[in-house]
Amino acid sequence: MENKLKTSKNGSAGSKKAALDFSSGWNYDPSPESKDHIRLEKKYGLFINGEFVKPSSGKYFGTINPANEEHLAQVALAEEKDVNDAVKAARTAYNKVWSKMPAAERGKYLYRIARMIQERSRELAVIESMDGGKPIRESRDVDVPLAAAHFFYYAGWADKLDYAFPNRKVSPLGVAGQIIPWNFPLLMAAWKIAPALAAGNTVVLKPAETTPLTALKLAEIIRDAGLPPGVVNIITGAGKTGASIVNHKDINKIAFTGSTDVGKLIQRAVAGTDKKVTLELGGKAANIIFEDAPLDQAVEGIINGIFFNQGHVCCAGSRLFIQESVAAKVIRKLKARMESLIVGDPLDKNTDIGAINSKMQLEKIREYIGIGKNEGAEFYESSCSIPSKGYFCRPTLFLNASQSHRVVQEEIFGPVLTVQTFRTVEEVIEKANNTPYGLSAGVWTDKGSKIFNMMSKMRAGVVWANTFNKFDPTSPFGGYKESGYGREGGLHGLMGYVNLK
Amino acid sequence: MERIEIQKTYKLYIGGQFPRTESGRYYTLTDKKGKVLANICQGSRKDFRNAVVAARGAFAGWSGRNAYNRSQVLYRIAEMLEGRRSQFEAELILQGETIFAAKKEISLAIDRLVYYAGWCDKYMQVFSSVNPVQSSHFNFSLPEPSGVVAIVAPQESGFAGLISAIAPVIAGGNCCVALASEKKPLSAISFAEVLATSDLPGGVVNILTGNTKELLTHMASHMDVNALVYCGKNKDEIKLARETAANNVKRVFVYDKNWNDPAEQNPYYILDTQEIKTTWHPVENIGTSGAKY
Repeated sequence: MENKLKTSKNGSAGSKKAALDFSSGWNYDPSPESKDHIRLEKKYGLFINGEFVKPSSGKYFGTINPANEEHLAQVALAEEKDVNDAVKAARTAYNKVWSKMPAAERGKYLYRIARMIQERSRELAVIESMDGGKPIRESRDVDVPLAAAHFFYYAGWADKLDYAFPNRKVSPLGVAGQIIPWNFPLLMAAWKIAPALAAGNTVVLKPAETTPLTALKLAEIIRDAGLPPGVVNIITGAGKTGASIVNHKDINKIAFTGSTDVGKLIQRAVAGTDKKVTLELGGKAANIIFEDAPLDQAVEGIINGIFFNQGHVCCAGSRLFIQESVAAKVIRKLKARMESLIVGDPLDKNTDIGAINSKMQLEKIREYIGIGKNEGAEFYESSCSIPSKGYFCRPTLFLNASQSHRVVQEEIFGPVLTVQTFRTVEEVIEKANNTPYGLSAGVWTDKGSKIFNMMSKMRAGVVWANTFNKFDPTSPFGGYKESGYGREGGLHGLMGYVNLK
Repeated sequence: MERIEIQKTYKLYIGGQFPRTESGRYYTLTDKKGKVLANICQGSRKDFRNAVVAARGAFAGWSGRNAYNRSQVLYRIAEMLEGRRSQFEAELILQGETIFAAKKEISLAIDRLVYYAGWCDKYMQVFSSVNPVQSSHFNFSLPEPSGVVAIVAPQESGFAGLISAIAPVIAGGNCCVALASEKKPLSAISFAEVLATSDLPGGVVNILTGNTKELLTHMASHMDVNALVYCGKNKDEIKLARETAANNVKRVFVYDKNWNDPAEQNPYYILDTQEIKTTWHPVENIGTSGAKY
């Protein structure tokens, strides 16, 4: 084997210290996850009233693998009539079955769904990576287990709701319309469906148009679990389908995860109605590194913060703030670590960064990279190779960025990190909070009192201290300011699905 | 000769000061017989914006006060109010209440302040959680104030209603700009005088008088207001408020309540203008043998 580990040759005293070169000497053999066991239909109908049905219009659209642009399946396009059918099914199921069922029995169905997700976890992980482009390591170790855990967690709440809200009488809202994004397709479906059902509501859910497959697989699981027909309806389509859900007169609750722009449209659309709304919108999180932080761990946190799931994460740590005294060191370590990231086939178990979810999103990221260069921030990208086919983007930095840069202010939703420095605690608090968003923040320091100060000063719904991008069913998640309102996960996640009297 | 009474000029309350409206406009408040009671400031958009600046400026300080201190300040407001009952009684009677109803409303308002004063250092314990996550992290969630809250106070219950809307908002560490009842503004301004002498920092509560129709869109659309509390039931106004509030994803709460009902108070009103913040920190796993003893 060719050995080109340059540091061992050139690292002797007196010679110029060479950068670690991982890519030429240490080649990983391909380690692709098998997809032989995956069963995908050619065509998927709409999951309404417990069965897959043809769309009323007869129209279908294709979903592709963003890593190689190969067609995966045809998916039904739901139009207004289909939305009506789905809502009608949900309403009937609510009135006749779900609201009358003893709560403990409701919970048992959720436990069943959790178990069946676990049983089919490998299949779900592979399809998630194929349809959405995320590395199999993440879909296997994060998305799918967390989705199962969400159902398992909320299953137990079904018959314990009276303990969640002291001195209140808890009742369900009715039919919930739920619209979810393409970055965590199965996990977001779980975040939405599990608390809604536990609280006694029925559901009409629409997955994103680029990533419908795992939601449809979840529909199979829901059917196989014997959930009464109509309790969960899953319909596929694009923005227009979503609008029909939002505007439907017989829906009591809208839960939306997606962009802030669409969130505002939804808030306006339901203004004259009694619909309850929760919005989980965009973010532009500050990830703050103090000079007394454990720097190597912090660098791992920076990498995880922005490159996890190709940066398609609303709570991504996309604005890095480094205290001036350690900036040069952190940036050097960060660049070295970026060089070691493997960008490529999402199904390869060694892949760190998979495919950008869609051509449209890749173009948006490229546009922002162009904007960043024009604004005058210093552009830096990993020298890694990327596949010639499919949608890929190298991990990218904008160094010496300033507050007024659009790449600092606006959500890019890709593997692009802006880097700023600061001197004082006061200064970084100002800069970190100076954004319309407020979803998450990261703080790195070894000093406990500083952590608690920063924690209380960050105007954000989730603060990760000496860690980043951690999620758990028991842990409430959601934003301040224009990052939306309402929480998902934990006890607080029930609040959006109940009436309190 | 009978002594000529000194009448009060009713002004706005912004940032701890009592300015007249910058617009120079007024409307005349009369009693049932048409006798002029006062010229009331007709607050403008600019007054509202000034009040938001004052509220935002006071936010860091007020939300940073410890809960015990906030509790004492709210209690102090109740103390000040108790001492000035007769003034409020007279004003409520001028606004058309019977003596009996006026006394009852004042008692209720004072008791409600004491009620929320007591919640200041307790609601966090009721609404917080420590979350048992799977990974080795310590994880907890607690409520924090949303920030600046605009309040459209109820029209009918000019005094108890105003206090019912303001108290949970400031008990939770928010600052607010409240638009008083257009028909019953007298006790709102006198309440501002109580606030000014109650250890409440200037800017935490700002009170405007004026016309809801005129000011509502500005209150709902202001980009530096985090939440809007609308007390009332006008469907068009509610729709308009919700629509314009979307400009900055403002939280909107519509309360159509009988505030003079003693039961119309609970900590969930505080929770409405709170955000839940969740914090994660790693826990190292060394020395598990300690658990054996």
